[in-house]
Amino acid sequence: MAFEKDLNLDATELRLGLPGTSEESEKQTSTSLRPNKRALPDMNEESVSSDSNVAAATKKSDQEIAPPAKAQVVGWPPIRSYRKNCLQQKKSEAEIGGIYVKVSMDGAPYLRKIDLKVYKGYPELLKALEDMFKFKVGEYSEREGYNGSEFVPTYEDKDGDWMLVGDVPWE
Amino acid sequence: MESSELKGGKDSQISDELSELRMESSELKKAKESPISDESNRRSSFPDEVLDRVISLLNSHRDRSSVSLVCKDWYNMERWSRTHIFIGNCYSVSPEIVARRFPKIRSLTLKGKPRFSDFNLVPQNWGADVHAWLVVFAAKYPFLEELRLKRMTISDASLEFLALSFPNFKALSLLSCDGFSTNGLAAIATHCKNLTELDIHENDIDDKGGGWLSCFPESFTSLEVLNFANVTSDINFDALERLIGRCKSMRVLKVNRGISLEQLQRILANAPQLTELGTGSFTQELAQRQYEELESAFNNCKNIHTLSGLWEVKGLYLPALYPVSTRLTFLNLSYAVLQSDELAKLLVHCPQLRRLWVLDTVEDKGLEAVGSNCPLLEELRVFPADPFDEEIVHGVTEAGFVAVSYGCPRLHYVLYFCRQMTNAAVATVVQNCPDFTHFRLCIMTPGQPDYLTNEPMDEAFGAVVKTCTKLQRLSVSGYLTDLTFEYIGRYAKNLETLSVAFAGSSDWGMQCVLGGCPKLRKLEIRDCPFGNAALLSGLEKYESMRSLWMSACNVTMNGCRLLAREMPRLNVEVMKEEGSDDDGRADKVYIYRSIAGQRRDAPSSVLTL
Repeated sequence: MAFEKDLNLDATELRLGLPGTSEESEKQTSTSLRPNKRALPDMNEESVSSDSNVAAATKKSDQEIAPPAKAQVVGWPPIRSYRKNCLQQKKSEAEIGGIYVKVSMDGAPYLRKIDLKVYKGYPELLKALEDMFKFKVGEYSEREGYNGSEFVPTYEDKDGDWMLVGDVPWE
Repeated sequence: MESSELKGGKDSQISDELSELRMESSELKKAKESPISDESNRRSSFPDEVLDRVISLLNSHRDRSSVSLVCKDWYNMERWSRTHIFIGNCYSVSPEIVARRFPKIRSLTLKGKPRFSDFNLVPQNWGADVHAWLVVFAAKYPFLEELRLKRMTISDASLEFLALSFPNFKALSLLSCDGFSTNGLAAIATHCKNLTELDIHENDIDDKGGGWLSCFPESFTSLEVLNFANVTSDINFDALERLIGRCKSMRVLKVNRGISLEQLQRILANAPQLTELGTGSFTQELAQRQYEELESAFNNCKNIHTLSGLWEVKGLYLPALYPVSTRLTFLNLSYAVLQSDELAKLLVHCPQLRRLWVLDTVEDKGLEAVGSNCPLLEELRVFPADPFDEEIVHGVTEAGFVAVSYGCPRLHYVLYFCRQMTNAAVATVVQNCPDFTHFRLCIMTPGQPDYLTNEPMDEAFGAVVKTCTKLQRLSVSGYLTDLTFEYIGRYAKNLETLSVAFAGSSDWGMQCVLGGCPKLRKLEIRDCPFGNAALLSGLEKYESMRSLWMSACNVTMNGCRLLAREMPRLNVEVMKEEGSDDDGRADKVYIYRSIAGQRRDAPSSVLTL
């Protein structure tokens, strides 16, 4: 998927969204033109619209400057090199041995990052997501998926298919 | 540099003053020479001895600069009594000129590269090497005691030269410098027998190991300030312990991450007199008894008012700090990854806090705790933990900012990195805290509007400059039109430093700033649609400023050439990109006033016009 490459995601990414939608993250920062709207993909469509992600820059018609794209802008945000190096070091230290995935939720302005290794099974994971995003996930059954909640945990596997969390054995 | 330059624009003013006072001065001389030198012959001038005494008491370099402009006598008296010199741009003056004017300098503060070099916008070999200064000063000021450098390049050879050339040398402070390794620090430790201060802060050091600390001789006892928090390699703890043990006057100690909690406890047990402490790693597995010993060690430190470090902090151990928290006035948690509740619990014990630096992992809830617990807060800095990953947000928002402003009416310095902001929130903040002197807001995605209304952030900064009449420093961000700069030009009468990025609509914006802002000294601009018309509108202004930086704007080589031609007392330097043509865009321009002429050490990538 195009947007995956742009975002440079891990192979799997958890998404919480309405069943059937392949929802990308709510990115308030993406465009200046429509901060409160998301691109709502066709219910049947699995491919994700990458517009709001790639166009991370604002579109200002009067300006001549090329909007900074998803790639990092040199020297921005203005953080001293020393501190930047410290942070990179911290990040890589923290990430050794973990399986990190990014989680987004429909309607929430932020993405969060979690380490799957911390959880021992789906119930724990779901509970953590519930706490993090302040919602309830509903009853899971193999046959019917999740019942009783507006929100459904889904993820994209390495084939690019959207899967319901819990269908595949934890390991 | 304000002090030793005679500002071009004030020439006529000075000659007026001079002629007026020369008259007075010559009459004074007559009065002294006449046998009847009594009160009636004397004007209201001071006798020299009194004047000398009074001037000697002046510390501020700006006051001294003013004094030196009164008349020749005062100029002479001032130059003989000045012992500390502050040079804001090392290229604005030469060491020879300085040495000629001020014979008795014992302390020097030198700043070098443009501030944007901190963010990798300045090429590596750009300049600001301190060696030429050291060579001149070794000859002219052998009694030099202090050297404080910011954004300068200093080599190991220079450090060794420094250590060997100045037998009285006492204090070395290096902030955001580069060019040296830990070997240079070893030379300082080895040779500076009277060293009282070694402050190595956030530099780009070639770290070759921690052996440098062991170079302090056993006979060495004078150290009062030791900051090696950002010198990463492990030092020999025994050597450190012995050093602290024999330096009884040590009051500031900031160690690096390699120092464990257990080692910290031993340090504190032997140095209860410390006033500023930077801990090492705050995350060892401690047995109950060890924890109690640590707490007890903190309890014995009755004088600690500044605390930093806390690398890899474990929230569990923060209560060990409670004995010192009540007296803390400055808490630097900017390298400590804390969650909101951990911070909240700690802040309950910090009612005296004046300055707080945190990471945005504490989120809005953490900032609410700041507002609730720290009514005396004057300065807040919130740094981003994950600045380069646009998707991951452990951030603070406008809500946290507003919460702090309600609880901390004395807030006057803020540095705030966030991913969303609103005009209304900023207006509320400055309404609650009208005394801002430093307002640095960084909305991290370039050109982002008010996320609720989708409008530009013009009104936010308009509110800041209208309300905060004492504002000296401003950094703007977000989606801004020329209106922001109209506001700044019209209202920011005390503004001295302005940083602009990804903002503005046309030349008019920059023209407003250059046409207003009477006290503007430093202007740094990147990625804005300001071109030659804007650049040239500031012709009159640049000589009263320290410097102007413009990068990724619309100025061209021809515009810069014109400026250079019109203003010979300015150095106009263009940093050329590889392969760019001579008549095209001038990608990075650095303009500064100087009485030393063009610099001779510019690399080939820097063109002086």
